[in-house]
Amino acid sequence: MREVTYGEAVREALAEEMRRDKMVALIGEDVGPYGGNFGILKGLWEEFGEERVRDTPISEVAIVGAGLGAALTGMRPVVEIMFCDFMGVAGDQLLNQVAKIRYMFGGQVEVPLTIRTTLGGGRSSAAQHSQSLHAIICHVPGIKVVVPGTHEDAKGLLKAAIRDNNPVMVFEHKMMYNKKGFIPEGEYVTPLGQAAVRREGKDLTIVAISSMVYESMALAEELSAKEGIEIEVVDPRTLVPLDEETIINSVRKTGRLVVADEGHETCGFAAEIIRRVVKVGGAFDYLDAPIEVVGTRDVPLPFSPPLENYVIPSKARIEEAVRKVLGY
Amino acid sequence: MELSKEKKLWMLERMLQIRRFEEQVYDCFLKNKIPGFAHLYIGEEAVAVGACANLREDDFITSTHRGHGHLLAKGADPDRAMAEIFGRRTGYCLGRGGTMHIADFSLGILGANGIVGGGLPISVGAGWSAKYRGTDQVTVCFFGDGASNQGAFHESVNLASVWNLPVIFVCENNQFGISVHQSRHQKIKDVAVRAKAYDIPGVIVDGMDVLAVYEACREAVERARQGGGPTIVECKTYRFMGHHVGDPGTVYRDKEEVEAWKEKCPIKCFADKLIAEGVMTAAEFEALDKRVTEQMLAAVKFAEESPWPEPEEAMEGLYV
Repeated sequence: MREVTYGEAVREALAEEMRRDKMVALIGEDVGPYGGNFGILKGLWEEFGEERVRDTPISEVAIVGAGLGAALTGMRPVVEIMFCDFMGVAGDQLLNQVAKIRYMFGGQVEVPLTIRTTLGGGRSSAAQHSQSLHAIICHVPGIKVVVPGTHEDAKGLLKAAIRDNNPVMVFEHKMMYNKKGFIPEGEYVTPLGQAAVRREGKDLTIVAISSMVYESMALAEELSAKEGIEIEVVDPRTLVPLDEETIINSVRKTGRLVVADEGHETCGFAAEIIRRVVKVGGAFDYLDAPIEVVGTRDVPLPFSPPLENYVIPSKARIEEAVRKVLGY
Repeated sequence: MELSKEKKLWMLERMLQIRRFEEQVYDCFLKNKIPGFAHLYIGEEAVAVGACANLREDDFITSTHRGHGHLLAKGADPDRAMAEIFGRRTGYCLGRGGTMHIADFSLGILGANGIVGGGLPISVGAGWSAKYRGTDQVTVCFFGDGASNQGAFHESVNLASVWNLPVIFVCENNQFGISVHQSRHQKIKDVAVRAKAYDIPGVIVDGMDVLAVYEACREAVERARQGGGPTIVECKTYRFMGHHVGDPGTVYRDKEEVEAWKEKCPIKCFADKLIAEGVMTAAEFEALDKRVTEQMLAAVKFAEESPWPEPEEAMEGLYV
């Protein structure tokens, strides 16, 4: 294994795929010489040049639409929406065009388009730069949704997304970009649609999405060391398509479930996971306790650190939920 | 440049195909043979045909909710188009798309679009792709005066301009955004003046004159092919019918106005001209019309006799 930042893992994926396939090109706001808003793309413009790493005007509608039109006509573009909050600007292209084109036209065409964006709070960016809106895309059939929660997946899932012949939206966690972690040596691709059991346990399952994976892992190790509580951590990795079997099997084993996701709690993806767990054929009969959700509280993201920290999920709030479910 | 007789007759036949196709759609709709609704292209045929007469099979178009004319002009099969409008499995999109969502990617038809302005950004992507892949393919983006007020219009034309992409933005100014006259939806009279804001050429032509549209688009297409970037070609036109079948189109326009525009019928005017010039005889025109009408009746028959999709087929084909 090698130690890299999450951002470096993303950059490696892009560089490797661009070297592999000349039809892969990257467009977005400030992706060129500036190196991306978060600085993680530095070096790509220098290596691949202006034609393949191209700055756009601040025009999210045109960015997504250009990616779509290019994907329909022989390219394999990767477009960037700097913050997932800006999906609001590109709404029609995402929801009515990208998501619909293959199905609506009777499967005539493949749409090898990757849309990278960022989610997550924690840097006092307030209501329009901090949201986690992945569930909105999951609600509209036609776009695969990827939420890499580890360094390894930040690279492997992005490579799979680029190679996929369907539209894939990758939500990277902006607070993880500068954090260090480990990835395998050499080339690897992580298949879409397969959840990972990050840690096995018998007492309770945490389904953890995006940055909640590391938080949940840290909590699980602590509770194991101090109290002998063994938590199983399941990382769905891909929300569409969702590997519900791995989640259901885990809950059948432990009988207790906490879902940790930085999306808002109302109509969030956590609610979807619970629907799958309690439906006929799921794990309802195996549950020994009600289920808890840890998400972003249902207000817009506030600016001031004490306010924001209260609203977004944290290890402490996951622990609180775990203790409630264990103590039921 | 003088056009060949064949080219002129091709234009006339294509316009006639669109007219007769749309008349069948109208008729079948009133007979409750067609689900949903339908926006007819009758009156605007010169725009689609004049523009597409400049295109190769490997060039691209993006279309609109009023898209039947664009598709046929680019060479789509009337049988499969009609079957799609009828919701049958033999349709272009296996019955999943319907009237507003027909495409034929093998002919570069990147799809009609139910969202006003929705095709504009996609056309820019096709233009980017052609340039990136090093081909000389061009993309014609059809849109209306109504779409020119969408934010997507500004973002798309600006991007095509700053990246110098081979896209021809063909504005079908039929003067109405559904029921709202242009004078009530924008202060300008000519959409093409907006070209100035993007530092690209903008031209205005009589959209009822297929040769005028052809000529304006020819220049724009040649420029785009040679790396000269995008153009806005505004075609002044008129839809003879309402916004969709069921809208008589009388609430928001005078009968006299509609009749005056019908006098400029692009098919009749062009046929008269070709007859006067001796390119064809009146009898030859009648024979052509008869043949095209029969072709469209056959398309209706094909559609009607085609099977409906099985309900479970709804769940197929979302992903590769």
